[in-house]
Amino acid sequence: MTSAIDTEHGRRTYSAYAHPLWRRLLVTRESAIIGLLFLVVIVATFAVPNFDSPLTLTFLIREIAPILLIALPMTLIIITEEIDLSVASIVGLSSVITGLGVQAGWPLPFAAVVAILVGTVAGSINGALVTFVGLPSLAVTIGTLALFRGIAVGLLGTTAISDFPEFWTDLTRMNIPGTPMPLIIVPFLVLAIIFGVLLHFTPFGRSLYAIGLNKEAAAFSGINVGLTKFWLFVMSGAVSGYAGVYFTLLYNNARGDNATGLELQIIAAVLLGGVSIFGGRGALPGVIAGVLLIGTLSSALRLAGVTSDIINVITGVLLVASVVSASFLAWLRTKRVAAIGRKKGRAEASDG
Amino acid sequence: MTAVDTKPAAGNPVLRSIGHVLKARETGIAIALIAVIVVATVSNPNFLFSSDGFRDLLLTPSLLMVVAVGQAIVIITRNVDLSVGSVLGLTAYLTGRLFIDIPGIPPVLVFVAGIGLGALLGLINGALVAFAKVPALVITLGTLYIYRGINVAWTGSDRINASDLPAGFRDLGTGEFLSIPLLTIFAVVVLVVAAWYLRNLRSGRELYAIGSDPAAAHLYGLRVNRRVIGAFVVSGALAGVAGVLYAARYGTVSSSAGLGLELQAIGAAVIGGVAISGGVGSVWGAAIGAYLLLTINRALPIVGIQDFWQRAVVGVLIIGAIVLDRVLAVRQHRRLIEQREEKP
Repeated sequence: MTSAIDTEHGRRTYSAYAHPLWRRLLVTRESAIIGLLFLVVIVATFAVPNFDSPLTLTFLIREIAPILLIALPMTLIIITEEIDLSVASIVGLSSVITGLGVQAGWPLPFAAVVAILVGTVAGSINGALVTFVGLPSLAVTIGTLALFRGIAVGLLGTTAISDFPEFWTDLTRMNIPGTPMPLIIVPFLVLAIIFGVLLHFTPFGRSLYAIGLNKEAAAFSGINVGLTKFWLFVMSGAVSGYAGVYFTLLYNNARGDNATGLELQIIAAVLLGGVSIFGGRGALPGVIAGVLLIGTLSSALRLAGVTSDIINVITGVLLVASVVSASFLAWLRTKRVAAIGRKKGRAEASDG
Repeated sequence: MTAVDTKPAAGNPVLRSIGHVLKARETGIAIALIAVIVVATVSNPNFLFSSDGFRDLLLTPSLLMVVAVGQAIVIITRNVDLSVGSVLGLTAYLTGRLFIDIPGIPPVLVFVAGIGLGALLGLINGALVAFAKVPALVITLGTLYIYRGINVAWTGSDRINASDLPAGFRDLGTGEFLSIPLLTIFAVVVLVVAAWYLRNLRSGRELYAIGSDPAAAHLYGLRVNRRVIGAFVVSGALAGVAGVLYAARYGTVSSSAGLGLELQAIGAAVIGGVAISGGVGSVWGAAIGAYLLLTINRALPIVGIQDFWQRAVVGVLIIGAIVLDRVLAVRQHRRLIEQREEKP
């Protein structure tokens, strides 16, 4: 047998198992979510009054901006098979620091920088506990969820600070001139591009998938698993700190309990966007579509007069259905491959 | 055999069991709890020695304890149940509705309904986790939203008031037997039954085996799916009964009953030495953890710290507990290696 025939044979064997190219491109998790997003937008445009007004888009983006922002580092963390439950607490802490800084007479940009730094330090505490002490991130970040939130609530008590300079609060509500796009979309796009390039076009990004698929193999191939994870948690803290400043200015309100429960929404959106909780799988376009899907759906339903509790149910059903359907499809695929194998076996038997 | 068996006071069974108790993971947390009570009592004797103080000390953590016992059982199988707060909210409202809609319904039936609803919701969690092979974190995050959403949609702006509940039922929440609150007695009974089950029954021991290594347990022939579903059903049923007791204890139930309870329950289990990676821990630890969490909350203002700081203290406790677990695990690992090398 020559190698040419071998290759030909291999290709034929492979094509018996594989889907055609168009199916492989269209039927991925990411394209399914993006398709679902378009479907929701189209249906809502026709069925829901006022959904297609520019103001709807403005409010939608303003509101989901913190989720969009924090979903970026969360994606990277979940791809390495870790999780960060403390992000919403860091948002609250950063919000309180911004408020206290402004109350102490600091100029806002300085207070914002300090708040982002505090967020970064908080993230590095998570990273250090996970990496250098070797603890599971789920347990660590349940602990720091309580700790950071506790510090935030402890510092401010039940009071709220709401006298922020008008220039800055207006800035968070301003649109890009001539468009319905809020200005906040610009730093998000910059961050999204940075994280996208980092994840999909650099060795660092590929190492994250390697870690998520198999930690030991990644370590043997020369990836510093611990340090990589450490930096991911630091990034997550920094971005959450930034989101905290934005949250404070958008609502003109610094409170210890700001953004409570946001972590669950972020994780739900990331998982909906096709990132596997087992690590090693996922892409940022899918995640961004996932966040937009939840945001658009709830905004459309709210405009249609559906109450927010039903929207919560729908979010939960979407999340459960998306992960369960993924395992159901995987189960179907194994059945199919087995069936092809049986058919091939029968064919060969009748040949001989 | 070797050094391990002979080290603690050879022979004398009494000394040996004392040694076991002193070395148990739960002892440290119990000492912390006693220390908190002592410090708070020294600062203000009413914390323990007034009748209200003594009652609150026993009563306040009882509900969390019931939920934390269920949570510990789930965590031991290397899963987690984030939906317990939502389950409690649903059954608490169901309790009120039953009393309003069916006048004269016997409380026993209400208990059965609450446990049944909780077990059903737990069964949904367990079946999804077991058959879809999806981590419990994701599934129960989803059902947390779903159950809470159903609860809010059902409750609306409505709320159950104490006057809607029969006096006999509310007595359950406030009643005492030999100056020990009935709720506490109930919680302790739940605890003892669960602890006995986990320690002595084959299916209870299997939960630990599954949590230590699910794949190995499956290869060995244990019915992993059935046990995991069972653990979720127990967790749901206990959250359900806690919901009924919640209505009895507080009288008022709004749609926000049990909000955030899941983190308290997980926190109690983790502080009590139940390892989040499965296979390790006891319901005793989780129960003491629940008492520690809520007793600290009451002790803080007494020792002159605003109770705003409670959550920060809880966070430090959780992190301290898991770091301690890690240190103990590393030491144990090293000791086992040394033992192996000592052997000829």
